[in-house]
Amino acid sequence: MKLLREILFPLIAVLAAFLVGAIIVLLIHDDPIETYKLLIGSALSWPDGIGYTLFYATPLIFTGLAVAVAFRCGLLNIGAEGQLYVAAFAAAWVGITFGGVEGRSIANLSAWLLVPLACFAAMASGAVWGAVPGVLKAKFGSHEVINTIMMNFIALALVSYFTQYHYKAQGDPILQTVPISASAHIARLGKFIPGLPERIPLNIAFFLALLACVLVYIFLWRTKWGYEIRATGANPAAAEYGGISTGRQIVLAMAVSGALAGLVGVNEVLGYRYRYYDSFSSGVGYGFTGIAVALLGRNHPVGVVFAALFFGALKRGGLFVDIFTEHVSKDLVEVLKALVILFVAAELYFRGRLGRFGLMRRAKI
Amino acid sequence: MNELLNIGLIYSTVRTATPLLLAALGGLYSERAGVINIALEGLMLVGAFTAAVVTHYTHSPWIGLTAAIAAGVLIAAIHAVLCISFKAQQVVSGMAINILLIGVPALLSGAFFESTGATPQIPLHELLQYAPVVIAFALVPVTWYVLYRTPFGLRLRAVGENPEAADAAGVSVTRIRYAGVLLSGALAAIGGAYLSIGQSSLFTRNMTAGRGFIALAALIFGKWRPVQTMLACLLFGLAEALATQMQGVVRVPVQFIQIIPYVLTMIVLAGFIGLSRAPRAIGIPYQKEK
Repeated sequence: MKLLREILFPLIAVLAAFLVGAIIVLLIHDDPIETYKLLIGSALSWPDGIGYTLFYATPLIFTGLAVAVAFRCGLLNIGAEGQLYVAAFAAAWVGITFGGVEGRSIANLSAWLLVPLACFAAMASGAVWGAVPGVLKAKFGSHEVINTIMMNFIALALVSYFTQYHYKAQGDPILQTVPISASAHIARLGKFIPGLPERIPLNIAFFLALLACVLVYIFLWRTKWGYEIRATGANPAAAEYGGISTGRQIVLAMAVSGALAGLVGVNEVLGYRYRYYDSFSSGVGYGFTGIAVALLGRNHPVGVVFAALFFGALKRGGLFVDIFTEHVSKDLVEVLKALVILFVAAELYFRGRLGRFGLMRRAKI
Repeated sequence: MNELLNIGLIYSTVRTATPLLLAALGGLYSERAGVINIALEGLMLVGAFTAAVVTHYTHSPWIGLTAAIAAGVLIAAIHAVLCISFKAQQVVSGMAINILLIGVPALLSGAFFESTGATPQIPLHELLQYAPVVIAFALVPVTWYVLYRTPFGLRLRAVGENPEAADAAGVSVTRIRYAGVLLSGALAAIGGAYLSIGQSSLFTRNMTAGRGFIALAALIFGKWRPVQTMLACLLFGLAEALATQMQGVVRVPVQFIQIIPYVLTMIVLAGFIGLSRAPRAIGIPYQKEK
């Protein structure tokens, strides 16, 4: 019954969002059914549709998990965006500096060392970028939402500075670093899966994302630290009274959250572009979409995977809507994203309403 | 260095500060009433887009500005309903509105003007280049007066600091909070409109480029007070104006100037330069005692 409820409400939110989206499509004189057919259908074709959907879902699993872990501690991490930028740059920096890239390297490590080192750099830098607002909250009580927003902008500016002034190839008109060493590349899944061409950038990081889900589950529900994080989120005063140092848990949760967001850098740099590309997560970036993923996935790793697949499919489908409908652009996807968040946000209220009629009991998230 | 410190710099500082100030004063009404408003970015975007489109069709920037205000209020109403009536998470609702307003203008301009993100150019004589600046700075004393010298201002602050007491004194917490949030929509939308039919002559995709968040930072830096907030906006405006002027002149990377407002805000928020204390009941939905 509880599980049913957990699945039912997100589904209602999605349906409501699609309904409002359909009205908007009608208003701009297009056919909503045709549009949605394109949106969903093109995401399910083999190999391109599914390949790209899984590829787009990968970073969203990471950021969804990141937001979810912070949320379990009662924190809103709006800063996944900044954390993943810093991390992606760090991954590229390792791939350049320790990979034997001509003129820019101090070492030439083999793939067995270089790839784990780059992954570690991504996680560590993301963790640091996430921990700072955590420390500020724990020590000075300043609101993590404001600080994470500020640090998003700081991250973008700093990384763009380093790219522009220190790591760009001479004369390159695009704001991107030089390529990382080939031994820092991680394999694309097309190598192992028959029928999946290697041009589709779906890579090992997808499995890393699934592994991260399992680890986050174990961490939150099977370890003492995870328990203390959840206790802090559920009721900080009671947790403190029960002997939990809530300040430490806040810093820990934000660091873990930042590390998870940082793993986006692995998918982006080691598995896809093989360099740091400035503002790769522009528009409604992975970090912000991660909020939608976590909310729709009920801040649970399993839910996060499904929500990430859903939004990944929308991103893939959006490209086709852009091309094959007369008036609708891929921005419909952002609108749907926003609507889903709005409906999920309003959900508590409707739960209360239904509860009054004895239909639903108010469940703890 | 001397050539940088000129009349031009002052002028561009004021121009840059104007949209920030309008949005920040809007945020002030909402946050002093106890509702977090990180939707300022989206509210500015809806103002910018509506102003550009309506001015394009009616050839009157004043109708454009009025329409922008109406659209801002409408979008702010979504935030108000969610946060006040539905008791939703205020930050989540604000984020959703920001995302919505990245999508909707692009979707609509794609359908109407066959270009996702941009609206047609508006001729120079149909722009409002000075009026929004005057409105913005005139609103500072007005806001100060409203906040500290009128019954509405007293109620607004009371509702943000101690809603229980305000309620007990017969103030409708819900109504005052609605007023605060709707006002923020109107003001932020004027700020957005200034970007599209004042500083430039068309709407472009995501043209606020984070100004809503800088406005929020200025509001915090100004400790949620009108005059200090204006000074913060001018300071942040100066930083941006300097960054623009210095491009190609001085060999300091612009990125370092760009991050000044953000770093300063974090420092102030941590209490290193005098404590910046948020209204006490900010972010907490009010549940009337039964």
